[in-house]
Amino acid sequence: MAEMTYRDAVAAAIAQEMERDPSVVFLGEDVAAAGGVFKATVGLLDKFGPERVVDTPIAEQAILGAAMGAAMTGLRPIAEIMFSDFLAVCWDLVANEIAKTRYMTNGQVSLPLVIRTGNGGGVRFGAQHSQSVENWAMMIPGIKVVAPSTPRDVIGLLAAAVRDPDPVLFFEQKSLYATKGEVEEGEIVDELGRATVVREGRDVTIVALAAMVPRAQAAAELLAAEGIDAAVIDLRSLVPLDVTTIANSVVATGHLVTVEENPRLCGWGAEVASIVAEECIFDLDGPIVRVTTPHVPLPAAEALEDAAMPSPERIVAGVRHSLA
Amino acid sequence: MTAVYEAQARCEDIWETLLDSMLRIRYFENEVKALFGSGLVRGSTHLCQGQEATVVGACSRLRPGDMMASTYRGHGAVLATGASPTAAFAEILGRDPGLCGGKGGSMHFTDLTHGAIGSNAIVGAHLPIAVGAAFGAQHLKSGAVSLAFTGDGSTNIGAFHEALNLAGIWKLPVVIVIENNHYGEYSPLAATTPISALVDRAKSYGIRGEVVDGNDVLAVRNVVGEAFDRARDGNGPTLIEADTYRFEGHSRSDPGKYRPPGELESWLARDPIERFADLLKEREIAGTEIVEAHRQQVGAEIAAALQAAKAAPEPQPERLYEDVIG
Ligand SMILES: Cc1ncc(C[n+]2csc(CCOP(=O)(O)OP(=O)(O)O)c2C)c(N)n1
Ligand SMILES: [Mg+2]
Repeated sequence: MAEMTYRDAVAAAIAQEMERDPSVVFLGEDVAAAGGVFKATVGLLDKFGPERVVDTPIAEQAILGAAMGAAMTGLRPIAEIMFSDFLAVCWDLVANEIAKTRYMTNGQVSLPLVIRTGNGGGVRFGAQHSQSVENWAMMIPGIKVVAPSTPRDVIGLLAAAVRDPDPVLFFEQKSLYATKGEVEEGEIVDELGRATVVREGRDVTIVALAAMVPRAQAAAELLAAEGIDAAVIDLRSLVPLDVTTIANSVVATGHLVTVEENPRLCGWGAEVASIVAEECIFDLDGPIVRVTTPHVPLPAAEALEDAAMPSPERIVAGVRHSLA
Repeated sequence: MTAVYEAQARCEDIWETLLDSMLRIRYFENEVKALFGSGLVRGSTHLCQGQEATVVGACSRLRPGDMMASTYRGHGAVLATGASPTAAFAEILGRDPGLCGGKGGSMHFTDLTHGAIGSNAIVGAHLPIAVGAAFGAQHLKSGAVSLAFTGDGSTNIGAFHEALNLAGIWKLPVVIVIENNHYGEYSPLAATTPISALVDRAKSYGIRGEVVDGNDVLAVRNVVGEAFDRARDGNGPTLIEADTYRFEGHSRSDPGKYRPPGELESWLARDPIERFADLLKEREIAGTEIVEAHRQQVGAEIAAALQAAKAAPEPQPERLYEDVIG
């Protein structure tokens, strides 16, 4: 076991996969010589050289086109889109090209590629550099959507994403880059579509993703002090979605609270709520509650951004509402 | 002139392939027009009669392992790679043995077995992808070249410029052929584009530019051949502007009323197939009768292909759920 930051785990994961498989290449803006604007890819250029760790022009469509075309030739590209907000300028490549190609070609073309991107708020960057856009991605058939909450999961899930035969949108939560966690020695590789029960509990199921997981855990601690025993599930992946783990927990607790960083309308929690309503409504003993950022562009001011983000206190209030 | 070179100049080794390929596309498109006109097929289609020489001349340079990306006006380009007309008709008719099992449709022919990596209905989107395929080829040192066709109108979309810039900075083995048919959907080029020589756009990306008569199949074959040689030798990309014209409207629903009187007629007089037939006669490679025999034979091939496609089954409903993910 070693302690590692979420940021260093990104470089460790890419290095693990590049060492294993010579067909893995990595490209993006300032990812090579500069080691990435978040310093999450430091050292890769030195280790693997400029043919495999490639700086690109500021051209997001070209970056994703390069990844897609290269995937067609047998490479396994990892492309970085610096901020997930910038997915909007290359969303055509994501939604119309990369996601649909296997289907439109009747399975002739596979695109084993990963799009890594810095996602989410809490870093005072304002409305164009802070969005949590995992819900944009989730609604497009043909791509997988992954968002780790710990350094260990960064490695395990990024490795799984690289090895997956399908395109994967890999959201790295910017507010987590500096966080630390234990990472075991040796190769780490997980399976996509498996949620983790990070805390067992009998009274309520709190489902969270990425940076909302530690907040849900903090909320569970507050609830424990009141004698409420909350289970916390880290979804880790939205597509595929681990419905079984969610449903098993909800059946046991009778209460569901989702915690989302994305704005409220059409957030992934709505999908989870609808699945639970369809599958387990008679096991519920209270309303499903969604704790989200409000439906506003994220402001830069500290006081306002903090008020927007789901806090442990708001999660606790959501749990109380479900239990009331 | 050596014997081999002379034969090439006289196109003795290739004229039948070029002629048949152009005829195949012309007859195919005529049938597609009829299919849509009769209401047998819904949706839209974008025909390329008049532009055959550009795709046929360029695709005649493809070797196994090369890749070709095209637009929604892509029937000709994909057929020019050698794709089966039966499978192409079946795709349009929504039949199971279609090129993409009916899931693509008229605008999305793909046939990897012939290097046709995709026909894209988002204007310009295939260009970054074609450049990416060239990046893959360069990285793997496979020696493959990536060829892309694109419209004159697409030179105004961002993806075109991002793609050219990346191709230029990385000196990628990609050849982009602008099929300049002088119109976007209905807008003439001059109404949307502040320069008239689209090839000039190559300069700002450090890319070599060439202009060619897109209705002269041999001229296209030559200029694309040189571009392929440069690409294979590591000498980077080429942007080629091919001057041509579509005889039909933009899409099924467009009668082309915006064209000034006489314009279509002047281009019909430059029909790429008839010009090639004239050239074959002039150079005493093939006379009218021989060419006529080719017309008959390819016409029969297309008729049979259509018949076979019409007889093919529709896809089973469960195909709906297949190949979303791997
Ligand atoms: C991004 C995008 N914008 C608009 C359209 C609608 N559209 C389809 S074809 C076309 C004209 C394209 O003209 P050009 O590039 O000259 O190609 P041509 O059809 O003449 O071959 C337009 C505007 C589209 N398909 N994609
Ligand atoms: Mg045009």
